[in-house]
Formats: sequence, C-alpha cells, structure tokens
Amino acid sequence: MLCIKNGIVVDGINPEPYKADILVDGKEIIEIASEISTVADVTIDAAGKCVLPGFVDAHCHLREPGYEYKEDIGSGTRSAAAGGFTSIACMPNTHPAVDNAALVNFIKMRALEERAAKVYPIAAVTKGLKGEELTEMWELKKAGAVALSDDGKPIMNAGIMRLALQYARGFDMLIISHCEDLQLTGDGVMNEGYMSTVLGVKGITRAAEEVMVARDIILAETLKTPVHIAHVSTRGSVELIRQAKKRGVKVTCETAPHYFSAADEWVDGYDADTKVNPPLRTADDVEAIIEGLKDGTIDIIATDHAPHHRDEKEVEYSLAASGISGFETAFSLAYTHLVEPGVISLHQLVEKMSTRPADILNIDGGRLQVGKTADITVVDPAKEYTVDVSQFHSKGKNSPFHGRTLKGKVVHTIVDGRVVMENEKILV
Amino acid sequence: MALKRKDLLGIRGLSRDEIDEILNTAELMKYILIQDHKRTPHLQGRSIVTLFYENSTRTRLSFELASKYMSASMANVTAGSSSVAKGECLIDTGKTIESMGVDVVVIRHPVSGAPHILAKHVTASVINAGDGINEHPTQALLDMFTIRQKKGTINNLVVAIIGDILHSRVARSNIWGLTTMGAEVRVAGPATLMPPDIEDMGVKVFYNVDEALKGADVVMGLRLQKERQMKGLLPSIREYTRLYCINKERMLLARKDALIMHPGPINRGVEISSDIAEGEQSTINEQVTNGVAVRMALLYLLTRRNKDAVY
Ligand SMILES: [Zn+2]
Repeated sequence: MLCIKNGIVVDGINPEPYKADILVDGKEIIEIASEISTVADVTIDAAGKCVLPGFVDAHCHLREPGYEYKEDIGSGTRSAAAGGFTSIACMPNTHPAVDNAALVNFIKMRALEERAAKVYPIAAVTKGLKGEELTEMWELKKAGAVALSDDGKPIMNAGIMRLALQYARGFDMLIISHCEDLQLTGDGVMNEGYMSTVLGVKGITRAAEEVMVARDIILAETLKTPVHIAHVSTRGSVELIRQAKKRGVKVTCETAPHYFSAADEWVDGYDADTKVNPPLRTADDVEAIIEGLKDGTIDIIATDHAPHHRDEKEVEYSLAASGISGFETAFSLAYTHLVEPGVISLHQLVEKMSTRPADILNIDGGRLQVGKTADITVVDPAKEYTVDVSQFHSKGKNSPFHGRTLKGKVVHTIVDGRVVMENEKILV
Repeated sequence: MALKRKDLLGIRGLSRDEIDEILNTAELMKYILIQDHKRTPHLQGRSIVTLFYENSTRTRLSFELASKYMSASMANVTAGSSSVAKGECLIDTGKTIESMGVDVVVIRHPVSGAPHILAKHVTASVINAGDGINEHPTQALLDMFTIRQKKGTINNLVVAIIGDILHSRVARSNIWGLTTMGAEVRVAGPATLMPPDIEDMGVKVFYNVDEALKGADVVMGLRLQKERQMKGLLPSIREYTRLYCINKERMLLARKDALIMHPGPINRGVEISSDIAEGEQSTINEQVTNGVAVRMALLYLLTRRNKDAVY
C-alpha cells in the first residue's frame, strides 16, 4: 500500500481544493480522507504540495518506430513521467506511419515494456498519411487506437476529410485535425507579420490555420459529428471555435503551452528551437489563447511534444525541423502563465490537463476518487527553477524555454499505483 | 571609435555613430582606390575567406579585391546552393574554416539568418554578404556612402525604393540604414511583393510608383527576379514593367537632381529603362567602386577590433 499524506488535493471533481491523505492499494485509490492512520508500505509526504490526477496528454510524438534517434517510447514515457503525465496519446506520424492494426499493437507492446507512463496510440486517418484513402478504422479501434489523426499534415482534400468524419462516426472514433492549408503556408517558416518582415523570413499567414478550422467546423456541423482541432494558435481560430460552440457544433480543441507562453518575437536571433508548426504567433494571439482557455473555448492543453535531434535544430532556420520538446515544461508553463497570474484556478488547470483530455479520448484517468485508478501527480506550486534542457529525460533537447525561470514543478508521479518519479527522480 | 562588434550581420541594430564611422573610414579607403599603387598594409597578416552558397561574381570579387588591396591573405570557398540542400552542416563548415586560422568569414547564403547562426558558433568575425531575403548590409552601406558623397548628407532626404520589396535584402538593409540616418524612406511596388506591416519599420508604402517618386532625392530600383512571375505573384512581366519600370517620363516626377541607383545586375527595360540606367543621374557604376571602399573599411574596422582584443 501507498499513502500520500498531508497534501492539498485537487481531485478534478470538486472546484475547491482540500487537505487530505490518499491511500492506494495495488492500482486503485481505496481511501481519500482528512487523516488516514492505516500504515502503508510506502509513504509520500506531500505537505505544502498539491496532489492532482495524473496529467493526460492528448497529443505527443514518441517517434518510435523509425525515428528512434529523436525519441523512443522509453525516453518519451520517462520524459512524460517527469512532466507529471501518467497517460499519453501518441501521434501516428512515425516511419512507417501507424495506419494498421499491427503497428497499433507494436506500440502497445513497447509501452508495456516501458512502464513510466501509459501510452495510447492514435492511428492515421488515411493510409500512409497521404490524405487519399481511409484507413481501416474499425480494425484500428479494435486494436486499441483511441483516436484518429494525420497530424503533422493536414487532410487537404475536403472530400476525404468529410468521408473520414462520416465513416469514423460509425465507430465513435474521434478525428483530431491538424489545421493547415499547405498552399497558404507555401514556403513560410514563421508567423507572417511585422516580425517576419523585420527578420526577413518567409511568413505563414494565420489564414493557413483559420481557413481549415472553419472548413472542419462546417464539415462537422453539417454532419452533426464531433471533430477535435489540434494545436490552436491564433485569435481567429479561437473566435471561430467560440462561435461554433455557441451554435452547438460538437467541436473540441486544444492548445499547446508554447502558444500561451511565447510569441514570434522569440524568433529574433534565428534560434531554430523557436521553430514549431503552427508557428509562434503574436502577443495579441497569446492574449486570445489565454482568453480562450479562461472562457472554456479551448477545452484542453496538450503538449504537442515534438522531440528532434540537435543536428536537425542547429541549422539554418528554414532548414530546421519544426517542433518543441514539451513534456517537461508543460505544467510549469501552465502554472506560471495561467494559474500564478490568476487567469484560471489550479482546479481549472487540472480539468484542462487531466480530466477533459481523459474524457475527450474516452480513456481512464483524470479524477482522484475512491475506486479509480491511482494515476497521481504531486506538484510543488512554490518551487521556482530555471529550465535546463540538459536535464530533460527526453532525447529532444529542443526547447525555446531553456534558461527561463518558471514557477511550479512536478515532484512525484504515480502510474497505476506505482511511484515512477519520486522527488523529481525517475525510478523506471 | 564606435564599431566594437565582432560581426556585421545586418544594418538593423547599428547606431548612427557606427554607420558614420564605417562611412568615414570608407572615404579614406576610396583614396587608396584611385592611386596607381593600390596596396596598403592595413590587413597584413590577416586571413579572410569568402564562403558563398549562392553565386555572385560582383560581391565576391568586391570583397576579394578589398582584401588584396589591404594585403590580407584571402581565399574563396564556393559551396553552391546544392550543398545547402544536401544538408552539409553550416556550423561544421564554419568551424573547419576557422581552424585554418581565418580572421574574417564573409558569407552569402540563401537562408535568412544563416550568418547569425554561423557567428554564434565561431570566434572569427562574420560579415553577412547577403542572407536569404533578410539583409545585405554591405550593399546598403555602399548605397549610403554613395548618397552621402553625392548629396553631402542623408538626413532629411527623400528616398524611394521601387520594386520587389518582399524578396529584397537590399531594400531591407537600406530601410534600416536610411531611416537610422534620418531619411524619409518610401517603398513602392505591387502589393503581392510588399511585406506585411512594413509601415511599422518607419517607411511609407505606395502601390502607385508615381506617387512615390514625387519630390524624391534618390530613386532606388531593385532587381526583379523572373521567377516571381512563375510563382504567380505577378500576372506578367509586361504589366509589371508598365506599372513600375523607372523610366524617363516617371523620373520627371522626382527632383531634377535626383540620384538613380540600382544594386545590379540590371534587367534592362524591366525595372529600369536603359537610358535611365546609363544617364547622367545614374550612380550605378560609381556604386560598384564605392562597394570596394566600403568593404575595405569594414574589413579594417572588424579586424582592428580583433587586434584590440588580442593586445
Ligand atoms: Zn500538428
């Protein structure tokens, strides 16, 4: 048995935090009470800390199979655990792409060998992520895929996107859409605006994202079927989704921590660690993303953890790979930029990082409750520290937040009742 | 002595004093260029390499002669655009060159920001000889030098830059420099070739070239790359020429003594008419001479910084 004592519990259900001990037997939470006297085998003292349902990430890239030099399921899950994530859903843009049941099974099998976090595969919408032919969605679901996405690439053909939404509805499979019109992106590599003009770098218009958000909303609306918009980054996208939700469209969406913590000014100096897709937008967009998180337009925060090798980043800006290694800074960025300034409460952050992502993916987790699985993350809200990518468990050291001071840190992570990180030390 | 930088990566961020110092030094260097004996010991013992990932005979030659007139050892590396695509690591190449004892690396590269990355990883001075669509600082310096020599000052002059502003590193560097030096800068061109929010860089935007030329002291043409039409940014070169070509008739709108400048090479009859390019007001050939003087000045000032650091 494991007992977490003296912590402030934010359980994902009650809006008000409360002081309580949590007793775990095996994989299960068996008691939550103000003082538990049962003698446990292992006790974690959480005095001064907050005890939260383990974070659930609906969008990450683990790179296995095919790109193990960037990340593998071992390093990726250890990185997730270090960031307080107990369940993560990984995108299928590996090599080969996860577009068949055998590969879904491969990822599940590898995840069982590496037990730092639970891995839920997301499978491809179209064969080979080519945007042409639908995958065998029923088989993928039976094999264990929790959602479908061609993330990394948009489905440019609106006819195929519509068929995918229609067909997937038959099996209650959620489609996660990477919204980007490639014709509008052109050869752009950063947000188009004053900064791209100043830096002499080809810009990506916000319209590249927004026309596809609008398209997918309209498709979902006319089909009366759900769609989930990945990595929302612009004010226009937030507004389109806000209006759609008001009309009752079954649209959900996510943003990533870098879209509320960083802006296109960071590209000054041409450091490719600031290169990500969609690109870092303007300060005005950052404000809109924060408003969207506050009023609930943006349902969840997903990391879009996208590790890359140094050699793919220490190059000329337009030649560099896009993506940010995000697991290990996600909570701290959210705490620093959302909870600390009072934009949202810690309970609301838990909803966005644990409860809602679990519900949207329809997977276990997201709440601390007797009888529920013991996926638990303990954070120290008072701890300030400076991000040091050399300490990342991820192979991907590509973070524009290196050297930044953040507040709020994950200290313990418990997956299925097992302590996988204790006092910031990964044990698996 | 104002210039204390390791590198010259762009005009953006240079102060008025720094630009003045470079231009003042270039005045002295220009005297050397008109001597029979073109050799000074300013760079004796110094080693300079040009690293060009794009072809440019004139800029490379200008740097080469500037180095040789001042007695430096110099070598040219032509990497070609294909090696960028092949993923040969710029940083590795830079470090290799530096390991051979090089003091200054002059780089031209098709990717914006490439010189900045190189500069971060080598201790040698880096001079940007043109990066992507970002900057071409030595061109802007030689343009400013030419204007100053002809007009006595840059302050309060009206300078109209005409053409493909979006893809022009010459335009961008000149905008930074000329606004810093107190000029009123106007940019004119088709809307598809105008970068977003460029007004915020302190320039006036015109889509009508005639409006931009009214009362201008300096008219600067830019080279129109023919591939812009193929990418669909222009319906035809013909329409571009009718709307934007700097010709005799249009030049009547500018001041009588207006200078006509162009970084070259020229597409005759496309962005500028032949008679205008070769006319009395044209400074195009003098710009080339001044380019050598400005590059001599820069090489001297940057290596002098090195000397200060060593001794
Ligand atoms: Zn994506």
